[in-house]
Amino acid sequence: MEGTLNLVGFGLSAIGPAIATGMIFAAYINGVARQPEARSVLQPIAFLGFALAEALALFGLVLAFVL
Amino acid sequence: MLALVLSGAEGDGFVPPGTKDFNLPPIIEGVEWFTKPVLLVMVSVVLLSVFFILSARKAAVVPSKFQFVGESIYGFVRNDLAKEIIGHEFMRFVPYLFTLFVFILTNNIFGIVPFLQFPSMSHVAFPYVLAAFTFFVFHYVGVRKHGLIKYLKDIAFIPGVPKPVYILLTPIELATFFLVRPLTLSLRLFANMFAGHLLLLVFILGGEYMMNDSHLIMKLFAPFSFLFGIALTFFEFMVQCLQAYIFTLLTALYIAGALADEH
Repeated sequence: MEGTLNLVGFGLSAIGPAIATGMIFAAYINGVARQPEARSVLQPIAFLGFALAEALALFGLVLAFVL
Repeated sequence: MLALVLSGAEGDGFVPPGTKDFNLPPIIEGVEWFTKPVLLVMVSVVLLSVFFILSARKAAVVPSKFQFVGESIYGFVRNDLAKEIIGHEFMRFVPYLFTLFVFILTNNIFGIVPFLQFPSMSHVAFPYVLAAFTFFVFHYVGVRKHGLIKYLKDIAFIPGVPKPVYILLTPIELATFFLVRPLTLSLRLFANMFAGHLLLLVFILGGEYMMNDSHLIMKLFAPFSFLFGIALTFFEFMVQCLQAYIFTLLTALYIAGALADEH
């Protein structure tokens, strides 16, 4: 067995953004299900939030390779 | 790939695919920069130009199949992305968004087209360039609309916040706009394409190795690896479309944010 512990760390750090992304889209789906006409209002907000949450996972990925 | 199979046959054990599988040799001996992803990007530009010129040239009221496909994609980007998000000034940005969308989509889908099978966006340089374009576009329209001083002030100082909080908030906001946005935009596309291609390599090369193994039980399980590889190929297709969509969507969002009167 060989490899680097960085990747294990990245795996652990990806849990947070994964849950966050799930919650964001769960809320988005909930909102659209309750009020379908709100879709166009909610969509940019949901995707901005998703982009922000995924940014953290990407930082983890970069650090896993750089460190 | 051949080397992997050979080393497997010699009983060295399975060599998992890694970053080395992305560093392809130059196509022409001695021309260092001319590798497969570069060729694919060139092919995609030619393909897209030919396709959209042909589909738009003989535009008719009753569209041909060609024209229908071209107009569907264009309509999707114009109505569902640009119009919904940017608002009444959207028409200026449709050419950029449309080019971005079809270019990324084509280059991503190269990852699952037989014989090509390499997503050019899995080399980080290409997403970097695209994100740099987006970075300049949305800052440029922001500066043009508000003037440099007001634009920077709008970014750095969000209204309606207690004064001491600015110590914390201003650096974060500045970093978000000038560092995090272009970086995450490019890295998201790159990481998805890279990881997807690696995933396919693991299952296909793994199946190949199992099939060449001398144990019967390994041979028996090889088809499952291939089946999973095929299933993942369809999954990859979804991810590739989604990533092209997200890149374009975020570009539109950033442009809309720069154009908005208050942040």
